[in-house]
Amino acid sequence: MIAPTPGHPALASQAATDPRLAKKQFLRDAAESVRDTGHRAFVRKALGGYYTNRDAQKSRYGDWEQARDAASLAKWSAVNHLDEMLPRFVANFEAQGGVVHWARNADEARTIILALLRDAEARAVIKSKCMTSEEIHLNQALEADGYGVVESDLGEFIQQLRGEPPYHFVFPCMHVRRDEISDLFEQHLGTAPTDSPEELTMIARRHMRRLYVEADVGVTGANFLVAETGQISITENEGNARLTAALPRIHIAISGIEKVVERLDDLAVLLPMLATAGAGQQMTCYNTLYAGPKRAGECDGPEEMHLVLLDNARTAILADPEQRDSLHCIRCGACLNVCPIFKNVGGFTYGTTYQGPIGSVITPHLRGLADWNHLSGASSLCGACTDACPVRIDIHTHLLHNRRNAARTSPGRLEKLGHRFFGLVARRPWLFALGGWLFRRTLPLAKALRPPPLSAWLATRDLPPAPQESFRAAWKRRR
Amino acid sequence: MSASKNAQTNTPTNTKTNALGPGGHDNAAARRDILARISEALRLPAPPPHGGGHAAGADAGGRSALAILPVEAARPFLPDGGDSPDASLAILAANLEKLRAVFFRVPDLSAAADCLFAQARERDWQRVAWHAHPLVESVLAGVPCSTHRVDVPGEAFDKDALEACDAGLTACECLVAQTGSILVSSETCGGRALSILPHAHVVIAMAEQVVPTLADALASIRSEHDGQLPSMLSFITGPSRTGDIERILVLGAHGPKELIVILVG
Repeated sequence: MIAPTPGHPALASQAATDPRLAKKQFLRDAAESVRDTGHRAFVRKALGGYYTNRDAQKSRYGDWEQARDAASLAKWSAVNHLDEMLPRFVANFEAQGGVVHWARNADEARTIILALLRDAEARAVIKSKCMTSEEIHLNQALEADGYGVVESDLGEFIQQLRGEPPYHFVFPCMHVRRDEISDLFEQHLGTAPTDSPEELTMIARRHMRRLYVEADVGVTGANFLVAETGQISITENEGNARLTAALPRIHIAISGIEKVVERLDDLAVLLPMLATAGAGQQMTCYNTLYAGPKRAGECDGPEEMHLVLLDNARTAILADPEQRDSLHCIRCGACLNVCPIFKNVGGFTYGTTYQGPIGSVITPHLRGLADWNHLSGASSLCGACTDACPVRIDIHTHLLHNRRNAARTSPGRLEKLGHRFFGLVARRPWLFALGGWLFRRTLPLAKALRPPPLSAWLATRDLPPAPQESFRAAWKRRR
Repeated sequence: MSASKNAQTNTPTNTKTNALGPGGHDNAAARRDILARISEALRLPAPPPHGGGHAAGADAGGRSALAILPVEAARPFLPDGGDSPDASLAILAANLEKLRAVFFRVPDLSAAADCLFAQARERDWQRVAWHAHPLVESVLAGVPCSTHRVDVPGEAFDKDALEACDAGLTACECLVAQTGSILVSSETCGGRALSILPHAHVVIAMAEQVVPTLADALASIRSEHDGQLPSMLSFITGPSRTGDIERILVLGAHGPKELIVILVG
């Protein structure tokens, strides 16, 4: 039904599946993206409206900073009592006819979902936006088994047609220009070209309508799991998740185990803050709570509701008390929107399911610190992410924690040698002075010749001119 | 643990409770493993939450933090919902306007029917879907075209008939001034699809149904549905929208392009 465009360059680098190549790919793609000033300007412009709207919405809060404290506490309490909250949620969810499937890893989650589809004799699957499904590469598995899968969220649909993963986990196609979308729709759906975002949206709307009615299975994510009531909460703007959970015969939701909150009332704080931080809205358009399939006395809804609860190394983050708060993340994307690194290197460069600062914190836990620690280095440590986080995750400090942990477990040999050499010199004042003298004399020559490793620095930056005398000499003179 | 096992026997797929789950997946073992990992992980306490403010009572184990209700503590910090019915109504109207919903206040039900008639004529609706509810039925006379009831007892739900309707007419549980949201449920508002599939959604409600904040809305739904909440509760905040193309706002992505709220009294 829908054939993704094969071999898009962005996907090619993203498919660098060998984790040992992750750092090389990052450096190469980052260098390339930074030179693409058109792309950078486009992304900045797209985010411009977000900043204005976010600030306007924040000003409606009695006290945004204190609201952040309350949101942080709600998540902190739930995550730090996950041993009680998760079984409580599951018991309440099952009591209302929902079926829970526990998946230790991505492989188990895919097996469960494929088997559910097989048992249901499903043919067509409609999906609403779900980052957990990206994490477990669900679409590829479903397509390999011959199921027609359609992403119903407009941004995800565009990315599916392009054969690319999401560029940003909240704004999946924010890097794509409208003329590219028009060409894409012309190619895949046979529609007339247009430069109107409204008309492009209507094309997708018309295309999708019958698919909702005809799909056997609807797959959604979950933003919150409410322990006290056994409900799952889904946040969206387009109404595609509502349709996905209303019309097909079977509803399958996928959620990380960390999404639990204790009380329904917690959502009175978290839902508006998710909207404000994530998209500069007062409240996203549809915030919907589901508890089990259609009830007796209700006229429609799915006959079965399944929930796949995914661990996939979340318990590893939980076991690290220092970084446990990164499980508070409500995936609003605010940290990406303010991050100078994200805005310059773009979403694909990360090569991860979760991009931006929070992705750089959690990916080393999910996929291994040795191969993914370079993401923690790609930070100016400006702290904009930490300031933007509605649930007060100490994001930029965690990037430092990752760097420290990486240095502890596998210190770089060159770095170790360098520090030993510095220690050797710094302990001997005469050697230190000699080194300084040599450096001052040879700097102009080094700048002209650019030997490695200085060449890497000098390729894009300059060094200030060497001073005439050393600091110590200047100090002595002034006294 | 035993409570959830009992619950599981009520589920439609109970034949698999004790055997392996779908795809030969040993669900009980996976559950045991994940819960064991969680318990093991939590043996080391995390530092108290950042910010401190309301977490002053949180000790390292965090048990006392649970005694603090974030929503009660947070109420003054969140957007205002008004401290009187008039103030709440004014905030609701302002929010609905900003959200580009169409909002009417009418004095009584016959005026509401007139209003509905005018809206239907203006948009040239051919078929309007509705559900059984006293408020909906009392304005249905105002619909100048054919109608389709979605919840006829004993009849199967007809997705295709609903898809062909121009508008869905529903009641709501309550309206939230703070965010301009309308709370609908699958039990009292005609199921799940009626308020999302047709191109327009018309809500008919009484002014008494306006509550100041989201927390009040949640409290009210719990007292209305004592015991068990409906299988779906949805806060609808304006007509369906997307910003996925160059972050430019477009209304009517997949859900209704138009949200019309008629408030009586």
